[in-house]
Parts: sequence; C-alpha cells; structure tokens
Amino acid sequence: MAKREIPEVNAGSMADIAFLLLIFFLVTTTMDSDTGLARTLPPIVPEDQPPPPPIKDRNVFRVLLNSQNQLLVGGEPMDISELREAAKEFIENPARKDDLPEFKEITVPLLGVVEVSKGVISLQSDRQTEYQAYLMVQNELAAAYNELRQALARKKFGKDYADLEDEEVKAIRSIYPQRISEAEPKNVGGKN
Amino acid sequence: MGKFKKSKSGGQPAINTASLPDIVFMLLFFFMVSTTMKEVDMKVLVSPAQASELVKLERKELVTFIYVGIPLKAFQSLYGTEPRIQLNDQFATIKDIQSYIAQSRDNMRESDQAKMIVSIKADKESPMGVITDIKQALRKAAALKINYSANAMAE
Repeated sequence: MAKREIPEVNAGSMADIAFLLLIFFLVTTTMDSDTGLARTLPPIVPEDQPPPPPIKDRNVFRVLLNSQNQLLVGGEPMDISELREAAKEFIENPARKDDLPEFKEITVPLLGVVEVSKGVISLQSDRQTEYQAYLMVQNELAAAYNELRQALARKKFGKDYADLEDEEVKAIRSIYPQRISEAEPKNVGGKN
Repeated sequence: MGKFKKSKSGGQPAINTASLPDIVFMLLFFFMVSTTMKEVDMKVLVSPAQASELVKLERKELVTFIYVGIPLKAFQSLYGTEPRIQLNDQFATIKDIQSYIAQSRDNMRESDQAKMIVSIKADKESPMGVITDIKQALRKAAALKINYSANAMAE
C-alpha cells in the first residue's frame, strides 16, 4: 500500500465559527428563571352541596382591599407594613386573647399533641384593585406564615425551615397550615 | 528631542492563540446549557409585579403561562387599551382559557398532568377583576395549582 499523505485540516477558522455560535446564544439567552408566589385554588363546589357551617367571628381575620388599594383589616384601616405582624399575632394568639382564634389539640407525627389555631384568613378584593397591591397582601400573609414556620422549625428541629426533611415539613405545616380563603371580589369601584 | 528606540526585529513573540477556540467553546457550551429560548411573542405589555416570598418554578415543562396586560402599541387600534389576556401567541378571552388548559394538559406526559402549574404573568397595574375571572376559569378547568408571577423586590 502506498502511503498517501493526508493534508492537515486548517483549524484556524474554528474560533470564528465558535464565536458566531457563541454570539447567537448570547443574544437569544434569557437568564431569568421564573419566580412567583405559589397558591392553590379551592376546587369548584358543586351547587347541591350544603353550605359549610358558619365560622365563629373570632376565628376569622378579615382582610379587605378596596379599589383605591387601601387595606381594611378586621374593621380597621391598616398600612401594608403592619399586616405581617397583625397576621402573625392572629395566627399565634400568644396571649390567648378572647377575640383572637381558638385552638384545638391535634396529634402531629414527630411532635406529639400540639395546639393548632382554628383561625382562617379571609381576603377580599375589589375588581378595580391593582394586581400589585393584591400581590403585596398575599406576599405579607405568606411571609407571616413563613416566619412562624421558620421559628417553629428552629425551636423543634434546630434547623432552618428550608433544610427540613419532608416528614418534618409536613409536621410543621400541619401546625401552621396556610388557610387563606378568598371571597369573590366586589365591584364597588365602578366599571368593568 | 528624543528619539524613539526602534524595536528590534522579531522582538515580541506572537501570543499563542491555539487555545482560543477551546475557551470560546467552553463559553459556548455554558450558554447553550443555560439558555431558554423565548417561546412566545409578547403581545401585551407585562411589567412584572414585585414580591419577596418567592418560589422558583423548577420544572419548565409543568408550567403553562397566562399573560395579562395592556396590548402593545401596534395592537392598540385593534384591541384597545384595556388589559387583555394572551394565551400562547394570541389574544384571548376568558372563555378560551378552559380549552387552552385542556390542550396544554393533553400535551403533557400523563404522569405530570396532576402536577400542572399555571403561572399568571400579569402586569402590576392590571385590575383584579381580570385576574379573578381567570382564577374562576382555572377552577372550572380543574387547574388548581397557580403561581402569581413576580420578581424579587428591590431592597
């Protein structure tokens, strides 16, 4: 067999090709990962179902948001910055006050018998409420729950809530369940 | 006046650029992996709302998007300046949501269908009326896991 000489491929333009591709991906790339507030909607209630039993007044934390994005919490106007503390006090009821929610005892795996608040947060907005204002309320309520859960996780397990095992997360969640009920919005603000 | 010294011929050796392609390729692969192509043409203007208690949407294939906002300038003559809903590449109404959800659910793997998340990307100034209508439609479509899209708050 005759030895044929193979000419070497010129790789000088390799860098140019790679650069071209690189610039294409640089332009088309969007780095932002999607973030948001996760929520679960209640399933549709069949019409023939009897209405749920009424909830005692002291167990409801009423948050109203009007078309001017103003807050009314439990009948009192409130600034959004105070909502988190108010919600925490409602959920925890540290002084066991009479006008704040009752407690019932349940058995939680890993933690034994614990007192769990019967409180429900009720959120109602107007059709003209701005989305950002609504989201801020949702955000503050979520923050209240997250802070309580974090505190409990530190106390019971000595870890951050984010680092807990699945079982432990479940236990914490059954002590502080996110009970936010959303009523149908009113349409006081006119139009639409 | 001083004179500049003439550099000796062949003084500075050329920098070896043989590894340049490797470096560029490395960057290229990084961007190829981290990239997500834009899937839809935005027809409505969405300036995202802000919040702090955010959750990341980890698995993109589970997520279906609903956009709400004021139509872009080019479409305002046709669709007005009231906030509108955009599904995929088109303007839509509340009635379209149910079939849109059903359709995107069909496109998912069966094991993933129960984990479907609907992300509502609404402009921060859109009224809650539209959002509530969407939520009611989603309840009817039995898509109960939702995500209010928001960006991290600037401190």
